[in-house]
Amino acid sequence: MSKVRVLVGTRKGAFVLTSDGKREKWDVSGPHFAGWEIYHLKGSPADPNRLYASQTSGWFGQVIQRSSDGGKTWETPGGEKMPAPGGMPAGESNKFVYDTSAATGKPLTTHQWYDGTQHPWEFKRVWHLEPSLTDPDTVYAGVEDAALFRSTDGGKSWQELSGLRGHGTGPKWQPGAGGMGLHTIVLDPSNPQRIFIAISAAGAFRTDDGGKTWKPINRGLKSQYIPDPNAEVGHCVHHVAMHRSRPGVLFMQKHWDVMRSDNAGDLWQEVSGNLPTDFGFVIDVHAHEPETIYVVPIKSDSEHFPIGGQLRVYRSRTGGNEWEPLTKRLPQSNCYVNVLRDAMAVDSLDSCGVYFGTTGGQVYASADAGDNWAPIVRDLPGVLSVEVQTLP
Amino acid sequence: MNQATTRAVTRATIRVELPAHLRTLAHVGCEVRLEVEGQATQRSVLDALEASYPMLRGTIRDHVTHERRPFLRFFACQEDWSHELPDAPLPDPVASGAEPFLIVGAIAGG
Repeated sequence: MSKVRVLVGTRKGAFVLTSDGKREKWDVSGPHFAGWEIYHLKGSPADPNRLYASQTSGWFGQVIQRSSDGGKTWETPGGEKMPAPGGMPAGESNKFVYDTSAATGKPLTTHQWYDGTQHPWEFKRVWHLEPSLTDPDTVYAGVEDAALFRSTDGGKSWQELSGLRGHGTGPKWQPGAGGMGLHTIVLDPSNPQRIFIAISAAGAFRTDDGGKTWKPINRGLKSQYIPDPNAEVGHCVHHVAMHRSRPGVLFMQKHWDVMRSDNAGDLWQEVSGNLPTDFGFVIDVHAHEPETIYVVPIKSDSEHFPIGGQLRVYRSRTGGNEWEPLTKRLPQSNCYVNVLRDAMAVDSLDSCGVYFGTTGGQVYASADAGDNWAPIVRDLPGVLSVEVQTLP
Repeated sequence: MNQATTRAVTRATIRVELPAHLRTLAHVGCEVRLEVEGQATQRSVLDALEASYPMLRGTIRDHVTHERRPFLRFFACQEDWSHELPDAPLPDPVASGAEPFLIVGAIAGG
């Protein structure tokens, strides 16, 4: 019988929640890395027991953790005392160093600071880890300040894909309220050379050559809070989702506005439709219905909680524009939590499961595509990320 | 600054106290003991620490510059060594193992 493993990153550690295919009874393991911020953890599609976790601290910086047994035990890749003969140097797994200009040896570029002046790139943390679809030892890391790194040795060492920062628009990128993070990495299952990423507040970008060169894909986005609402870059994209059967169709939750693109991001159109507010962070797609999408509307950019204290997931079965609220067994009064951008995921069981976590520490699950909800856990530390693995 | 006498030693066991989060990361108790070759300085002690516990690289000093991370402080014999030169000899009681070298989170309370 199939199983489900939910990977939860929180402000104070990681938790692994497991259940059988009924998704009624759950085992909770954790906290792993107690006391540390776990921005994200995710499993390899090529080897579900291989997990990667981003462990961070304002005091001690970045640590990458890796599990080879589905989260029972963890290691820092390359953390062994002596490297194997001819192997990578030990202790490099948390070393994220930005590329410099090959011509001058100086920093590749600067970005725009909050006050409009130019500011150097400064590494802070890994926001998102995206394992390769085919190789358990290859994993991408989206970091703050925004850049994309890749490891091909299971997380022991990291190299920047600096064509992203170096393509020319870097000086126009600026931090969002949460920092200048590269938070979304979407790999195209039909084309290993194509990757989509998103940055707050720069926008969405695409490579068609495996990460060497990149271009902004923000046409159609309108952001009234920036000097040129239709600018090529500068948009605060919160999250992007794709259904693997239709990799050219993308859905986006922007700061304000829910958007879709039917041409791999070349042009976006708004599909907020009848949402009560189109501000929010998460967006995801049903595992089997590529036109069924989910968002959690949040009141506004200054009030990061649901309207009226009612926690509601909204579902569209038409790829946007027409939305229905999903409320069964979700709190409908006095609920003032937020759902952060990486804190929603779906499983791929026949009856698609939908999961999300809140800043109040609840992880909710629906085993019937959102019709009914139940909390798996209610009192974790604030949830930063939720990922789901469907296991045989 | 520190007035404690210093001495050169060729090999000594140095005691280092780590903050709680680094203990769990390195899977050690409150204090670790390190064999340090040559003179005991902040650099030689941290080099020995990172050689024995590679997972701590980058968590105390920057990977590239080897500068102390901004929210950490170093103490020896009840004196703040955070701003001393990395190659300055550590006080005799630390170099001899009588006193520990302390690595402390910069914000102690809530």
